[in-house]
Amino acid sequence: MTDRAVAVVRAGVLTTVQDRGRHGHAHLGVPRSGALDLPAAALVNRLVGNPPDAAVLETTLNGCAIRPRCDVDVAVGGAPCPVTVDGRPVPWSAPVRVPAGAVLEVGAAVSGVRSYVAFAGGVAVEPVLGSRSTDLLSGLGPAPLTDGTVLPLGNATAARVRADVAPQPAPPRELVLQVTLGPRHDWFTDTALRTLTTRAYRVSSASNRIGLRTDGPPLERAVDGELPSEGMVLGAVQVPPDGRPVVFLADHPTTGGYPVIAVVREPDLAAAAQAAPGTPVRFVAVRRR
Amino acid sequence: MRALPVGDGALLVELGSGAEAQALHAELLQRRAAGSLSVREIVPAARTVLLDGLDDPARLAAQLTAWDIPPLSARADEVIELPVRYDGPDLADVAALWGVEEQEVGRIHAAAEFRVAFCGFAPGFGYLTGLPERYDVPRRATPRTAVPAGAVALAGPYTGVYPRSSPGGWQLIGTTDAVLWDHARVPAALLAPGARVRFVPEGP
Repeated sequence: MTDRAVAVVRAGVLTTVQDRGRHGHAHLGVPRSGALDLPAAALVNRLVGNPPDAAVLETTLNGCAIRPRCDVDVAVGGAPCPVTVDGRPVPWSAPVRVPAGAVLEVGAAVSGVRSYVAFAGGVAVEPVLGSRSTDLLSGLGPAPLTDGTVLPLGNATAARVRADVAPQPAPPRELVLQVTLGPRHDWFTDTALRTLTTRAYRVSSASNRIGLRTDGPPLERAVDGELPSEGMVLGAVQVPPDGRPVVFLADHPTTGGYPVIAVVREPDLAAAAQAAPGTPVRFVAVRRR
Repeated sequence: MRALPVGDGALLVELGSGAEAQALHAELLQRRAAGSLSVREIVPAARTVLLDGLDDPARLAAQLTAWDIPPLSARADEVIELPVRYDGPDLADVAALWGVEEQEVGRIHAAAEFRVAFCGFAPGFGYLTGLPERYDVPRRATPRTAVPAGAVALAGPYTGVYPRSSPGGWQLIGTTDAVLWDHARVPAALLAPGARVRFVPEGP
């Protein structure tokens, strides 16, 4: 039991391997992918002495359980959750040494959606196009974890950070997303633009790594018909025919044919990743920098 | 040409036609290779080119209009040849739409020279243009739940080749054994935007 690897005891509803994503291949139809809450992933990496681009685990709502085959420093952050090692509580958002063969239990999120689990050395699955991220839209990268999956770890490169606990922003009670209008705001009525930036929406339970879907007043189009496919950016607020805005997250398609009414500022997307279904959403129009 | 700002760091450049978009895309690639353009992603599409990861989108937007962009035909690129068997299950439907005999479909298709206008839908799935407009066909009324990898298909003005098995609504006219996508290969995609392509009928 000394090889540098971890075994998955309980995979949870959806646990994936994520790093900072696959950049520079959008023109081939390859989504960026990567951790949805990048600051949280970077922080847990720092806590165990990893560089910020090391691969971590991203859980969804109900955590996961992992049995390392070697002694390893671990940190859990992102969505707050109970963390135990062989049943004993250990700190969240702090480095913890897990002995070989012990079970690290990452519990269900108390609030928020996605917890991040960093192992010293990082998850060392084979990279695809420069990234270890699981891309759920196009199927690149490792498959989502299943019970029994064994993941290799890299060699720890640095000493863990001396920190008892690292503060992290609480998941949002209300998700406030700053948006700049366009590029296709002229496809919508003035009323629709006012509706988007003044009315309340809620995070829909149909949200996933591809997009944060919303429930709320539909946005009315001023221009009918189909838009020829065009390139899509992270944070694009696309409006499908049902009129409910969808915010594109990391696994979003690289091109799309529904008009983008606005784009969410990138720093606000980490909070979007932690907004559970039902969370109120407000879109606030800001000026372009 | 119209450059629309997208968020804080991107531009969507809208052009009058697909051919103009392809010409701008080629020009952008050349400028990036020459080091005079710094951008993270250049994503061409039907009539637009998206530039994502720009330091100063407003400045580039102002400069773009002054560019002298040569038409694509002036660029001599290597042609990628894709072996094809015109044996698709929608051959008869396409022949009817085109008003020709079934065996004419492959002849007409193989006579055209294509360019990859853009990629999307799946890694390595190219939207190829090159057939005259009169050969545009609608998508199938009911999409198939599984189209096999290597299927050569038509929809609207485009020809596409499915890189892997997936659901799809395009009209299937043929099959190729070419590997369109292999992420262990460099480059992973056989067809990238801007590539010239010919379909070469196989066998007797």
